[in-house]
Amino acid sequence: MATEILMPALSPTMEIGTLAKWLVKEGDTVSSGDILAEIETDKATMEFEAADEGIIGRIVIPEGTEGVKVNAVIAVLVEDGEAIPEITTQAPAEQAPQGAAEAATPPPGAPQVPGPARAQPDTTPDWPEGTPMKAQTVREALRDAMAEEMRADETVYLMGEEVAEYQGAYKISQGMLDEFGPKRVIDTPITEHGFTGIAVGSAYAGLKPIVEFMTFNFAVQALDQIINSAAKTLYMSGGQMGAPMVFRGANGAAARVGAQHSQCYAAWYMQVPGLKVAMPYCASDARGLLKTAIRDPNPVIFLENEILYGRSFEVPDIDDYTVPFGKARIWREGADVTIVSFGIGMQYALEAADKLAKDGISAEVLDLRTLRPMDTDAILRSVKKTNRCVTVEEGWPQGSVGGYISSVIMQEAFDYLDAPVINCTGKDVPMPYAANLEKLALVTTDEVVAAVKQVTYR
Amino acid sequence: MTKTNGSKKSNSDLLGHYTEMRRVRTFEDRVGELYLRGASAGSMLHLSIGEESAAVGVCSAMRDGDTFTTHHRGHGIFLARGADPNRMMSEIGGKATGYCRGKGGSMHIADMSLGHLGANAIVGGGIPAVVGAALVAKRRKTGAVSIAFFGDGAMQQGVLYESMNMAALWDLPAVFVCINNQWGMGTRIDQATKSTKLHERAQVFGLNAETVDGHDVLDVVEAANRIVDGARAGTPGFLAIDCYRFYGHGRKDKSPYRSEEEEAEGRAKDPVKFSRKMLEKNGVSEEELDALDAKIGAEMDATIDFTIKSEEPALNTMFRDVFAPGQPEPEPVITRIDRVLAKE
Repeated sequence: MATEILMPALSPTMEIGTLAKWLVKEGDTVSSGDILAEIETDKATMEFEAADEGIIGRIVIPEGTEGVKVNAVIAVLVEDGEAIPEITTQAPAEQAPQGAAEAATPPPGAPQVPGPARAQPDTTPDWPEGTPMKAQTVREALRDAMAEEMRADETVYLMGEEVAEYQGAYKISQGMLDEFGPKRVIDTPITEHGFTGIAVGSAYAGLKPIVEFMTFNFAVQALDQIINSAAKTLYMSGGQMGAPMVFRGANGAAARVGAQHSQCYAAWYMQVPGLKVAMPYCASDARGLLKTAIRDPNPVIFLENEILYGRSFEVPDIDDYTVPFGKARIWREGADVTIVSFGIGMQYALEAADKLAKDGISAEVLDLRTLRPMDTDAILRSVKKTNRCVTVEEGWPQGSVGGYISSVIMQEAFDYLDAPVINCTGKDVPMPYAANLEKLALVTTDEVVAAVKQVTYR
Repeated sequence: MTKTNGSKKSNSDLLGHYTEMRRVRTFEDRVGELYLRGASAGSMLHLSIGEESAAVGVCSAMRDGDTFTTHHRGHGIFLARGADPNRMMSEIGGKATGYCRGKGGSMHIADMSLGHLGANAIVGGGIPAVVGAALVAKRRKTGAVSIAFFGDGAMQQGVLYESMNMAALWDLPAVFVCINNQWGMGTRIDQATKSTKLHERAQVFGLNAETVDGHDVLDVVEAANRIVDGARAGTPGFLAIDCYRFYGHGRKDKSPYRSEEEEAEGRAKDPVKFSRKMLEKNGVSEEELDALDAKIGAEMDATIDFTIKSEEPALNTMFRDVFAPGQPEPEPVITRIDRVLAKE
């Protein structure tokens, strides 16, 4: 019985390809494993092997044909003496891989392995055009967000070391003790494991705590309560009770404070189902995301940065301004490469984009803003346009946020990539103390520029 | 509160303790100076000025082979234990000549040769390690004790109680020293706990425990000897030393959260000045003491010159000591990709 040889797919998302060369001719006897042809896409060339043995009865698609659809019959294999059936040559697809853009569905029969829940695509502007703007520091934005939410909801309260009398170790809660009193702005002893668990309990019991960690380095002492209690209880209790609360504070390197005070925990928390993770860069996002975090019925890890606290940004002068989770922000549109970052990494991403523009490379810069949910749609949309991606973060390379982004791009936009995705990260070392080594350990703008040049082959 | 009426040791002991306390005080002054001169000092410097008697008093009870850990405010303790001030200052300056080759800094100084198992910048973080070291001392019958130094802030950390419990349960030669300077950052001890008789907490676990006023270093020396000797004999101990944090939490903190009256009162209990007065009273001349102070001043001035003249760590040392020797160093991602692409 005649066997049809079909155009193979070189990747799950491939829809068409070029039949570059036949390595057999009609009448040849082939056995399983023999190379029949070379198939090309714009990304790769692959040799195509026979799956069965037999005689090449007919070559349906001649070599050099472009735009051959996957699964189109390209040849017919017959047994010795068998008649060769007539096959109608299929017209090649006329269009370039437009359709592939939507081809996120896995091939039939492939196991369904769900990743984390995705954000719903949302490309609306953050604020209407013509909104008046004002300058505000990240510090003020965070304070305003907490104060506004505490005015609106009396179950919200702030707790942590030095948040009340001292006005916050980094002065984030300035004025809040005066306005809300010691019942709602609560100083704790230095006892992270204890007060974090107490906050979790108060969330079970109906309040909405904001727990300030002086830095997230100290939250490691409370990690048990954050992960085993706050993140898992809604699930473990079958949906009976959860922990609507926010854990916030400075994360990542400050300057010259050594290894135990300089770690970025973004990738750690991002890994945990049950936790949402926000990491703002600018003041408007700090305000808008923190308000969303406080209203969210889930535990939210809110990662701030000491170096950014004092930085001023233009913010929309809107009452009750919020930013939804899972919506990336495009800071800069570009055509040649997508730079994805978040938090203080954005500083390097944006500086690099400026430098690259001078060299004629147009970079699109995406700020993820939240890592869970993550706006992977925005990343994929951009990468499908630019075909290249560089990620930027301060944390360590192995198990990084960029590593996760790379895997998403590989799975869902493999055929669009013209170069490997490069993850620019902090170096694989505890933060050294010496000024020169610290500088070397951090991710830099120059490294981002070099990575972009690498993936754009400049 | 322990008093040691009448049992003071000789004048030469006091002069020795005074000298050490003056060295600590002067060293910390110079750390502040290094910071002001912008000479590469870290941005978070916690000075132990006002706590000198705790460092000197407890270290005087230590022997060769004893080990210890400190908290973030540990310069003085290590100096009192015999640290080279040049290597300490240059570590604070982030230089290759420092105790940790510039990688640790002010809050992470360690030196195995003097038994310093490390300063730990997480409140309470260094405490359980001494129980581990005491376990080793007991198992190997070395006769050594291991001492955890921490501040009153750590009195509220659970890990202290877990550590004291096991030290007592296993009869380990461990000592817990709380340098109670009254302030955990901007929180006074009575705002952090209802029970300010700190040694009582250790007593319930079965430790020998005392509180001593740090104003007179000789009182601290006596109490420390009792507690440390007890630990050496197999009963772990706890010593709270009352003193006052003369300045802010860090070099930049101006302590707006406490009154000037309180600060004046606290600084009046200056252990360095008190010892000097005692020496003068006992017949040591002012000129002699001035000369000693000047000599110490010159010694500590030299640490700044030493630090400024020292080299920064070589850039190629960055990946060294992430793992024990013999591991390959990580390859920068761009080099790796270059290599992969070149193969194609």
